[in-house]
Amino acid sequence: MAEIEILDCGAATTIQDAGRYGLQRFGVGPAGAMDRTALAIANLLVGNTPHEAAIEFAGLGGRFRVTEGEIRIALAGADAVLTVEGEAVPPFTSATLRAGDVFSVGPTRSGLFAMLAFAGGLGVPPELGSLSLHMRAGIGGLNGRGLRPGDVIPLRRDRVEGDDLVLIDPPAADHGPIRVVLGPQDDHFTAEGIETFLSSTYTVSQQADRMGYRLSGPKVAHANGFNIVSDGIVTGAIQIPGSGEPIVLMADRQTTGGYPKIATIISCDLPRFAQMRPGSQITFKAIPVQEAIEATRAHARRIESLRDRLQIAGSVDLSSERLLSLNLVGGFVCARTDLNEEFA
Amino acid sequence: MSVPSPRFLPCGDTAVTVEFGSEISPAFNALALGLDAALRDAHLPGVIETVPTYRSVLVQYDPLVTSPDALEAQIREALPSIDQRRAKPRRWRVPVVYGGAYGIDLEDVADRHAISPNELIRRHSEAVYTVAMLGFLPGFCYLAGLDPSIATPRRTDPRAVTPAGTIAIGGAQANIASLEAPSGWHLIGRTPARPFMPGRERVFLIDAGDEVVFAPTPEEQWDRLDRAAAAGEWVAEEVSNG
Repeated sequence: MAEIEILDCGAATTIQDAGRYGLQRFGVGPAGAMDRTALAIANLLVGNTPHEAAIEFAGLGGRFRVTEGEIRIALAGADAVLTVEGEAVPPFTSATLRAGDVFSVGPTRSGLFAMLAFAGGLGVPPELGSLSLHMRAGIGGLNGRGLRPGDVIPLRRDRVEGDDLVLIDPPAADHGPIRVVLGPQDDHFTAEGIETFLSSTYTVSQQADRMGYRLSGPKVAHANGFNIVSDGIVTGAIQIPGSGEPIVLMADRQTTGGYPKIATIISCDLPRFAQMRPGSQITFKAIPVQEAIEATRAHARRIESLRDRLQIAGSVDLSSERLLSLNLVGGFVCARTDLNEEFA
Repeated sequence: MSVPSPRFLPCGDTAVTVEFGSEISPAFNALALGLDAALRDAHLPGVIETVPTYRSVLVQYDPLVTSPDALEAQIREALPSIDQRRAKPRRWRVPVVYGGAYGIDLEDVADRHAISPNELIRRHSEAVYTVAMLGFLPGFCYLAGLDPSIATPRRTDPRAVTPAGTIAIGGAQANIASLEAPSGWHLIGRTPARPFMPGRERVFLIDAGDEVVFAPTPEEQWDRLDRAAAAGEWVAEEVSNG
């Protein structure tokens, strides 16, 4: 069996797939990759199905050694450099490594979350239906925890076949406001409160992690207090606690909560939002739910169509001019994201 | 009994909350649990999972397969036939060591209600509770059915850490805490049972809609029961209902 050893990695390096659904009734949230578009693209590049588990890096990268076998890897999501034996792998390109090779993922230069996929997937057993680490419950991941230097991760495949792939004309960065659907508790806010929420610019605060992103900006006025009897939550729900400043609930959120939720980020805009570093400025735009569903379906078709744009690496011109012309930096990440040195 | 028309509240493009009311009430909870059971049986296309709460059901769906309009129509059609009083819910007997180091607020809560600690234990353990919902943490059970005479407003200064297995009172609610967690509730006892235990063959014991009764248990039995629970025994027992 092929294996990699972690020589070094950031503290919030975890194994994530598309999430663990079906257990929210027992209080277990789905967890899963913060940027599922990145998860899909990284997997595509190594010939996997889009939801296969990968290693997620949060801001900081890591260094690895192939201890056994032959492996194929690809990186997507936040803009970080994948290096194999000291040489940078071009963006949106897979790389094939042999036993003894050392590879590294650099710190993210824009965006936050980078996904590293492995051809054939990780040879780690799922727990309760998923490999995603649920930190609080101590399930999934590697033995119920995040990754650390010294860990050895088996891969499911010993050897790889075929050639490395490159994704030509990868999707350009999306821009513009983050789209939301109002509700489920938009009626707990004054008309002015909703107007404030939709017309103001908010800043992602330093309190941003896999559980949630606290935003700072104009306070949103509640109509009748800020407590509700707890009800269900989805990833991307925007709750407004007593402070009046929004908190966006992310992959490691709780399953139920007692603050009113003014709106919910639509699922195909969540990856872009997740990649916004502290200091990034954002605005929200409300759209009808039917429009959100159409956007999500169109997004899924776009991801599916990327398959047709895979070519054998080396067979296309990858001059730096061409790379620059493709707006590769950050992939789907909004280019407005500020560079924040503290996070690098 | 007729079923009042719920509200359908959008949660983005991946879920809808079917809300029966805004308060904690046995009637709303019965409707939510009834709808939850009906939806689990119905296997509607595109429905990923349902999350029942005190007063609503969150229905998580796949927007590539279904739409909120289609779901709303299907749910409205199912509503008149939901069973609000499930004939025989599963019932659990959960051992609790009350007071002392296991329930540090027991005497204080008894004092507040001008009753003896033993009377508080009696009132707490003689009730039959319904598991209104699970949430907050894996396996954390919110219980309806607390004797109103021992309802106790939450603490003004929540504790940063309370032990796993804590049995507590918060306002008119009772609970079984599954994991170590912050809490503003009053800690009156502790159970060695693990409602959630990764690695055990049955990871979760108690589901929403189940019933719970508490069995006061002498402190001397704690170590033995706790060891058994740590080894994967349920310790909580399924008992006959009725």
